[in-house]
Amino acid sequence: MSEARPTSLLVVGAGIAGVTAALEAAEAGAEVVLVEREPSIGGRVLRSYHYFPKMCPPSCGMEINTRRLEANPRVRVLTSTEITGAERTDDGWKVKVSTSPAWVTKACTACGDCSGACETEVPDPHNLGLSSVKAIRLPHPAAWPRQFVFDREAVSDDEAKKISDACTYGAIDLSAETTTETFEVGAVVVATGWKPYPLEKLDEFGGGKFKDVIVNIHMERLASPGGPTGGKILLPSTGEPPRKVAFVQCAGSRDVNHLNYCSGVCCLASLKQARYVNEQLPEAEVTMYYIDRRAPGRNEDMLLEVAAIEGVKLMKGKVGRIEEGDGGLTLHVEDVENNRLIEAEADLVVLATGMVPNAIDNDLALFTRKDDDGFVLDDLESGVTVAGVARRPEDVASSVRDATGAAARAMVFAGRRA
Amino acid sequence: MEKIGVILCSGCGIGDALDLDAVKSVADESGAAATLTHECLCAPEGLDAIRQVVADNALDGILIGACSERAKTEEFNGLTVDGPAMYRLAVREHCTWSHTADDEDTRMLAEDLVRMGLARLEATKPIEPLVEEVADTVMVVGGGRAGLEAARVAAGLGHPVVLVEETDGLGGRSTDLVSMAPEEPPYDQPRTNLIPELIEEVIANDDIKVLTSTTISKISGQPGQFKVGLNGSSGLEMMVGAIVQATGATPYDASKLGHLGYGVSPDVVTSQEFEKALAGGAVTCPSDGRAPQRIAFIQCAGSRDEEHLRYCSAECCTTTLRQVAELKKLQPEIESAVIYKDIRTPGQMEYFFLGVQKDAEMMMTRGDVQSVEANGRLSIHLENSLLGENVTVEADLVVLAVGMVPNSADGVSIRALHDARDRAENSESKAQREESAKLAEELAPHEGTEILNLEYRQGPDLPVLAYDFPDSHFICFPYETRRTGIYAAGAVHAPMDSVQAAEDGFGAAMKAVQCIEMAKRGEAVHPRAGDRGYPDFFLQRCTDCKRCTEECPFGAINEDEKGTPEFNPLRCRRCGICMGACPERIVNFQDYSVQMVANMIKAIEVPEDYDEKPRILALMCENDAVPALDTAAANGAKWNPWTRVIPIRCLGSTNIVWIAEAVSRGIDGVILIGCKYGDDYQCHYMTGSELATTRLENVSETLERLALEPERIKTIELSHDEFDRVPQILDEFAEELEEMGPNPLKGF
Repeated sequence: MSEARPTSLLVVGAGIAGVTAALEAAEAGAEVVLVEREPSIGGRVLRSYHYFPKMCPPSCGMEINTRRLEANPRVRVLTSTEITGAERTDDGWKVKVSTSPAWVTKACTACGDCSGACETEVPDPHNLGLSSVKAIRLPHPAAWPRQFVFDREAVSDDEAKKISDACTYGAIDLSAETTTETFEVGAVVVATGWKPYPLEKLDEFGGGKFKDVIVNIHMERLASPGGPTGGKILLPSTGEPPRKVAFVQCAGSRDVNHLNYCSGVCCLASLKQARYVNEQLPEAEVTMYYIDRRAPGRNEDMLLEVAAIEGVKLMKGKVGRIEEGDGGLTLHVEDVENNRLIEAEADLVVLATGMVPNAIDNDLALFTRKDDDGFVLDDLESGVTVAGVARRPEDVASSVRDATGAAARAMVFAGRRA
Repeated sequence: MEKIGVILCSGCGIGDALDLDAVKSVADESGAAATLTHECLCAPEGLDAIRQVVADNALDGILIGACSERAKTEEFNGLTVDGPAMYRLAVREHCTWSHTADDEDTRMLAEDLVRMGLARLEATKPIEPLVEEVADTVMVVGGGRAGLEAARVAAGLGHPVVLVEETDGLGGRSTDLVSMAPEEPPYDQPRTNLIPELIEEVIANDDIKVLTSTTISKISGQPGQFKVGLNGSSGLEMMVGAIVQATGATPYDASKLGHLGYGVSPDVVTSQEFEKALAGGAVTCPSDGRAPQRIAFIQCAGSRDEEHLRYCSAECCTTTLRQVAELKKLQPEIESAVIYKDIRTPGQMEYFFLGVQKDAEMMMTRGDVQSVEANGRLSIHLENSLLGENVTVEADLVVLAVGMVPNSADGVSIRALHDARDRAENSESKAQREESAKLAEELAPHEGTEILNLEYRQGPDLPVLAYDFPDSHFICFPYETRRTGIYAAGAVHAPMDSVQAAEDGFGAAMKAVQCIEMAKRGEAVHPRAGDRGYPDFFLQRCTDCKRCTEECPFGAINEDEKGTPEFNPLRCRRCGICMGACPERIVNFQDYSVQMVANMIKAIEVPEDYDEKPRILALMCENDAVPALDTAAANGAKWNPWTRVIPIRCLGSTNIVWIAEAVSRGIDGVILIGCKYGDDYQCHYMTGSELATTRLENVSETLERLALEPERIKTIELSHDEFDRVPQILDEFAEELEEMGPNPLKGF
């Protein structure tokens, strides 16, 4: 490429889409700043146990991606950082970012001595609050950057001092402050990802009220070796293994009262989770209630495999209501096949809740085009391209594909102006 | 390397658990040119101390005994920029964190690690980066949507593009569509076909050279230097740097769908035929030209069907919805009925489904079509219908939403066909001639299917995976086709709709441009992105056994007429599978060689008294197994102190000589831990772990001949997240070996 200065990009969000966009661009020669609000990269994928349909751990691909990041001098990763301002310039965008106080500095060796001195526990964000962890810790086994994070606000000044004193390497800086920085880039890739549709809004399913009604992303944590139960699928209420598990598809999706759109991945996510349950608890009865079984492309194989498992039943039906009783949970289902209402029992209900774009409640100037659901749209006039679920509900493979393309088109825009 | 410094960190508890002075004296005895111990090597003072010791002693190699190479990477890698070669020992993770402090066995482990590291660095040679002339041009094969978009983006990225299209026009399957599925909010109506505009843009782009009525006669060379010969209009030859294959898909052959009435009644048509009718402005029944009262659209015609295409073609539901919408506009009096298994309109396409449902009020019937019967009208017999068992839907015209078949060619099978034909004629054994003739017959359908015509030993096209899609690691790394510099995009890559094909085109163009840029920098592409080393073939000692040319997962090695390997470094992904395959040990990298690992194994001290100190060698994949071991250590797991771990690039790089070396040295057992293989392989080099397993099966026979238990060699498949399992695996193997007793070759 014949630029006078290197093409520069900002990638917002370091989930699988953002990491991919940043790496693909940097390996093609662009200078990239990758901004992530969490203390480590990987976003939602590293909170999943396995990917469908290969049933392989997301940390495996992320291992390669972190190596690519480490090998590439052209990507600068800013974690614990949010974008606080952005304005269009003649050359692209001028961006202001704010980085949370670095209580733990780069001097951290991840030796763990500080954790020993820390008594306070906090809800574990990596485990979605399903378990608690030390206020100072490695966020999770595959965390990158490989350094500890500190919830400074969670501990008293005395304890903070004790924790700081326990560090031989002077890696804890109790006087750390928020830092800000302004830089210019030629174009932007938005990869701000998604969050699950709020459980509390699913009142008809006892969302947030019934302990054993959980969200699919919780199931990922339950099945993960690094999860709150060490990888055992257990009832949140009793800690016992479930005997009857119900997956409620389109919980908050394809629903005029909630999200109108289809969240694209929940059918496959539930099929995958049905396998988790079956592999761990072959005696458990699993029923998946669906409107349509959406397993596009070669994912059809996965649908066929799971449907063939004895103990797993797929039933076309819309769950209307869930009640909690002494003996467990009762699902009121419209049995579409037989045109009748039925009641079904379960002790664990997994809601396949929809995906809501994180951009929905963020009015950042970078989101120049947004639709009514909060999904961000490409704006090739302004040099903003969108990757992954920030744009549409989609699975990891599609996110990676389209992140590569979004990075390319952002580079095209930035290159034109260079 | 000749002058190697051994640099030990006492931080993170290493110094508390180990007598570092003892370890240091082992380093001195083993030929270290300098030693240094520091309480925190990764701190700026520690790094300065290393730089100082390097400068003071003119070191060309440094062995860092501290944390895993996956920790503090930026800090330590900084030392090697214009500096010494470096090897890092995970003393923290693989020794002190995971073993008893102040223990003789822990100390012996650390001492062995240092000996092994020194042996490795001694055999390390400086890397001379590859500098090659690289062509900037991206060639796009196929002028449908994916190809057009790829061409546009590659040109936008500043690369000249040649767009080669077999037919006489651009646009592919999409050219004549009356409309397209929506791509922008509110997503509820069809949009105008954007292909004509896209074609105009591509033709007007000075950086894109369009060659229609053109096919490829041959492609030789390697990324950055592909030499392409063309048939057709131009008869050109040219150099291109990288290739995007966007050859699209073809509707499934409807003549095989007799049970759905195709070919039985002229009033059963495919969605492609129906599109033509829509484009023609009037839909009639082909049998008698009457206007139909009701049209039934049968979904999954030939898709999601064990007898035909098992997969879902991913675009047919939206195509049907669009056709229903267009029909409503054109002839609102005609009723539409959609017969489906599941309506698949993921994401915002749900709005399209809702929009069409609202406007067109079509009848939706779920069911499996058993047969379509022609008796004046058409009767569609359904099972498993929501309306009850054995339902019949009447219609005047049936539209089959037929599935899509990728326009791919399986290079591997084509090669196998040619090989089988050759053997059928020239083989000396009659049995082999017969067997080969039979195989050739089975493979005959591949005759003449070539698209790219690659002059690659492993065949003329991209290898295909399930259902003939030339794909690879389709979740994390969907562009990793197994031929470096050639990227599939669009409907040939995977079943997808038009928007996805466009995005796939953008992405594939990016990968093509990236491959060219990396070749210019002398760097390997994914997964060892940025690696500047590459294997060297010492051909004087080559016996033309062809193992490397056959086993390279990326087809990097050709053969000359005699069968001698011709290595193409720019095709190479640096996995080392060729190195593992070579019985003559003539394939080696500057920084990773057969000798190097063999020397590491030799450096392990094997005590003669087994009862006290058995020794086990663990060759572990650095991408998955070693990270799992690191995590286990960080979580406080312990394992036996007898095991000596050597991280290797890929299990496939395991050379049998390493096993022989270990066994003859008296090491009691060898365990190889690598990625899962099979259809859902997790090996980043596709076949590495599988190849290693096969090689070892052959070794077990040799062991038996030596009166050694084959169980002394074990391979294990492990995932990156199975950190709970690794210590257990290592300990179980140690127990199994204990039951077998000492290696009888110990002490010889």
